[in-house]
Order: sequence, then structure tokens, then C-alpha cells
Amino acid sequence: MTRIFVPRDAAAIAVGADAVAAALAEALPGATIIRNGSRGLAWLEPMVEVETDRGRIAYGPVSVADVAGLVAAGLLCGQAHPLCHGLTEEIPFLKRQTRLTFARCGITDPLSLADYCAHGGYRGLERAIGLGPDDTIEELVKSGLRGRGGAGFPTGVKWRTVQQAVGPRKYVVCNADEGDSGTFADRMIMEGDPFVVIEGMTIAGVATGATKGYLYIRSEYPHAIATMNAAITLARGAGYLGADVAGRGAAFDIEVRVGAGAYVCGEETALLESIEGRRGMVRAKPPLPAHKGLFGCPTVINNVISLASVPAILGKGAEFYRNFGLGRSRGTMPVQLAGNIRQGGLFEAAFGMTLGALVEEIGGGTATGRPVRAVQVGGPLGAYFPPALFDTPFDYEAFAARDGLIGHGGIVVFDDTVDMANQARFAMEFCAIESCGKCTPCRIGSTRGVEVIDRIRRGEGREKNLALIDELCTTMKLGSLCALGGFTPYPVLSAIRHFREDFGVAEQETT
Amino acid sequence: MGEYLVWSVDAAADIIARHAGGQGPLLPLLHDIQASFGHIPQEAIPQIALALNLSRAEVHGVVTFYHDFHEAPEGRHVLKLCRAEACQAMGGERLAGLARDRLDLDWGGTTPDGAVTLEPIYCLGLCACGPAAMVDGELVGRLDPVRLDQIIAGLRAP
Repeated sequence: MTRIFVPRDAAAIAVGADAVAAALAEALPGATIIRNGSRGLAWLEPMVEVETDRGRIAYGPVSVADVAGLVAAGLLCGQAHPLCHGLTEEIPFLKRQTRLTFARCGITDPLSLADYCAHGGYRGLERAIGLGPDDTIEELVKSGLRGRGGAGFPTGVKWRTVQQAVGPRKYVVCNADEGDSGTFADRMIMEGDPFVVIEGMTIAGVATGATKGYLYIRSEYPHAIATMNAAITLARGAGYLGADVAGRGAAFDIEVRVGAGAYVCGEETALLESIEGRRGMVRAKPPLPAHKGLFGCPTVINNVISLASVPAILGKGAEFYRNFGLGRSRGTMPVQLAGNIRQGGLFEAAFGMTLGALVEEIGGGTATGRPVRAVQVGGPLGAYFPPALFDTPFDYEAFAARDGLIGHGGIVVFDDTVDMANQARFAMEFCAIESCGKCTPCRIGSTRGVEVIDRIRRGEGREKNLALIDELCTTMKLGSLCALGGFTPYPVLSAIRHFREDFGVAEQETT
Repeated sequence: MGEYLVWSVDAAADIIARHAGGQGPLLPLLHDIQASFGHIPQEAIPQIALALNLSRAEVHGVVTFYHDFHEAPEGRHVLKLCRAEACQAMGGERLAGLARDRLDLDWGGTTPDGAVTLEPIYCLGLCACGPAAMVDGELVGRLDPVRLDQIIAGLRAP
């Protein structure tokens, strides 16, 4: 029976994948429809694939109205059609990638454990159990993996700290509170390959001696929550979670916790507070979560992509992984191309591609066809870059050297209609809305920041107020407890530095 | 949206009992209360506080901290429009203005007939196919003014 793939990814569903799947099922009762993860070619969603003896053939973007025509043209045999893109693997956007973390995403049935294992799943856990905790952690340190949530802290070092810490219990917490605009890698992997997240958390548990894992997913991701819950139940049923993981004597289980719409809970200590049932208020550090984390116990807290990269690292070896990338940025990064971009989606590649190559060559420039004016890299707390800085290589240090950050790997593209003073104002406004309120620079500074930018936009004391915003940003940067207040200056100051002309216009609308 | 239960102490007690033994049970418990009653009724606060050995202020503090929890019922339909950067880059703010005009509402408001509540949302993770919205829990991508008008007309229909 011919197999047809229609993604169950939330982005595909948002543009009609469920209706397309239903229409295909009705038109082709003989075919088997598999709801896979997304391949990450967002502009082609809903992207339908047909399995043929030549390989999988892609069609997209497919709407319900296209189904009859596609079937008549010979969809089942992968025949030509205006929506046909040929072999999926040969599409340049996909062919140019190095998929390690997302190796299975879009290829397998996300909720088939048999599929997962047939495509290399659980080899990492098997090897970790064979190596034992010390060597597993050593392997991770050697791989050079750094936290993909944004902070870039070496994952292996964090695990070693937890392994050596003493406590009545230890926890693994997976941070799936992916609130940064322009990022969706966590969502895609949870919906498209949930077992890899489970395997990564399990390896963390086995390596550090933690027996309980919490997966904290934001409430804005209902499909990811449902998929992860279903996958956890399947893994438990097959003995991959529970009192005796994979029959090898270690106990580890995972519980999903759902956030409640607070951006700041993506900050690790606020997230721990939230799991404990309190307001998501940031904790002062030290103590580090590795020493005193969830419920006061030693806790590994990692981003989804960090944990989802672990099985591939253990499975293929640290050397293999660290051979990708450059400098201190080793391995691959799932870059997310978003906003006003012609070919948006997920592009996993070794560190080192330039920002310009990602935006112009891979992304194909703007969706509106107008010139690119600015790109924001790393979410709402990341800097705005003008095309003049498009030679910056995608690498933690290179971005830091240019007063930016790669964050969680999101790139949001804006065309030349953007008002950068408005974007700077939004950064302050967002900080004011989402501040947990614990520290003054963030709580008060963000509100004062909105007011000062409004004055600049109205043309009141422009030079004086630009100096004031600079001073305010320094206070926020140095005086805030966490990255929300501490990094909001990045978008604000970069907008002022690179797009100064947008701050000089008098009599501008302020709302 | 779905049909909600009418407030009752017994129904709340059942929900509380399902969570009270867990570790850090307050957020899952509040999610369950809201899913059952459509909001967090004032009467639930002291009952939850007593069961979890917390002060009423602590429970109230948690309810008011998180954007998801609300203390009054919402409209029969909830339209959430993404206001974050990736959707802004695709004209999200223009759509937001349109929605506010059509519904004659500001953010967080409900139409006088109780049909529609309009809320901002900061990122649905649909950043490569924006502007994005969530309509009664269903995701919508590549939103444009025509589609938004259709959605609003559908929600306002009796």
C-alpha cells in the first residue's frame, strides 16, 4: 500500500494539514496516510510526500482544493504537477543541511517506537549505559555541546556538577518554555520526534543519578504537549521509562508540566519556581540549580535541543559531533528562519555559516520581495543586525563580538518598511509586560524605557534622551537578575546604533 | 469553546483531590480548575489554599502572575492574535488593529454580547508562517485581513 505523509506539526496544521489529510484519505482509500513531523520547509506546508520506488516525492503547499488535481495527475506514483518539488531529499533547502539532532524529524511516524528504533533510536542510551555515568559525561564534555537554549554553557560540565552533587533526590528538567519569537525548534522536535527528547532526558538521568524528569512545556504549544504525553506513555509501556529503564536496572520517569503563559518562566530558576507551584520569580544565583535546584535538590536543567542532541552524540561518538562547527561552537545548530522570509523554516547546519548566507541564500530574502533591512537574531532579547553585518558567522563568540547573541537560533527577518524605533519600543514594552518584578532594573527600567523611547520618537530632547536610554540600558544590563532585564538592551541599543535615522523623526505616531 | 461546569464546592473538591498529593501541584490544579469552570472562581481560592496548606495570598499571587489564568469568565469565543516580532514582520500589528476595530475592543476585552474575547499572545511557534492566531484553541497561520474578517464574522454569528 502506498504511503503518503502529511505532517502533524502545528505549523502544518495551522495552514490546513488536517483538512488536506482528510481529503487525501477520502480520495485515495487505498493509501496509508502517515502523519509525520515537519521536514521544516515551512513555506511548502502543508507539504505532502508520497513514497515511491525512487524515494519520497514532495508536493506543496497543498490545499484541499489541490487534492483532486494532484490525484488525477498521478500523485500516488509521484508524477509531475505544478506543486511537485521532486525528491524531497534533493530540495536544496534540505540537501544543504547537516541533520544530526533533527535526523529523523519529518521522516518517521513520531509516535512509532518501532520507527524510532529502526532509525537509530535508543542507541545513545544503550551506549551510555554501557559506558557508565563517568564516561558518558566525559563523552558529552568532549563533544563540545553547549546549551542550545541561549546561554551556551557546556552541557557536560553541568551534568558533571549534578553527578558530583549530593542530595536526597536528583532531577532532570527539560526546558520547553520556548517563548522567543522566531524560534520553533523545540516545538518541531517535540511534535516530530518526541522519543529523542525522552531518550536525551533518560541519558541525563542515568548519567547524573536523577530518577525523575520534568518536561515543562509552554501552554501555547498544545500539539507538543499532546504528542509528548502520548510518547511518554508509549515509552513507559515499552519499558524505556519506569522502575527499570530498558531492563538495565536504573529508574527514571518523566512528567509533563504545562506552563501558563509567562515568558519569564523560560529562565531556568523561574521555571523551577513554576514547577514548584509558585509565581515564576527568578531566583538569585548562587546556589546554582545543579547544586540546589528543583525542590532544593541537585537538578540538571537543559533546553529541549540540548537534550535532543545528546542521543546522537552518544550514538555516533563525541569525535563525530565535534568535527562539525568551528572555534568553541561545536556540532550543529538548528537555525530557525522566520518572519518576513521567502523560504522560512528549520535549517540545521554546522556552526559557521554567515548570517547573510542563511538569510539570502537559504532563506531567499524577504517574502514581500522588498529589501531586507534588519534581522533580529536570538529572540526578543537578541540584537538587530543590518545587512552590513551579514558577514557575521553563526557562532556564539562571533555574535557576542558584535554585541549580539545567537540565543536559541531564531532569525527574524524584516523588510525596509520596518520602523526600528518602534521595534526598540516593543522590546522595552515586552520586557515590562513579562518582567517577574523581582529586580528593579527590569521592572521599572522597562517602563521608563518605553517612556523615553516615546519621547525620542516625538522629537523631545532627542540627544539627551538617547544618552538617557544608553544609561538606562547599562543599568538594566548590569543590574538585572536574569536575561530578561539584562538582555533587553540588546535589541534596543542595536536598533539605535545601526538604524539611527529611525530615531530622529519628529511628530511620529507613538502607539 | 466547550461547555463549562457551574461552580460547586464538591466539583472543586474532586479536582483538588486529584492533585493534592503530587509534588508542586498548584499549576496543574489551577489548569484543571480553569478547564472545568472556564475561569478561576474566587470561591476556589480559599478552598485550594486550605487543601495545599498555603495562604490565600499565595494562591491569589500565583493566579494573577500567569497570563493564562483569569478570574472572570471569558467570551464564548476567544481570539488570540500573536503580537511578537516574527508576526510583526509579516504585518501582525495591522491585523491586530483591524481586529480591535472590527470588535471595538482593546486587548483583554470581551464584546458586550459576550461572544468574543480578544487577547494578545506572544508567540505560537508558527514564526515561519505568520501572522498567526489561535481561535478557540485552533491554530491559524498565514493570516490575512480577508481571512481575519471571515473568522471574526464566524465568531460573532449567534
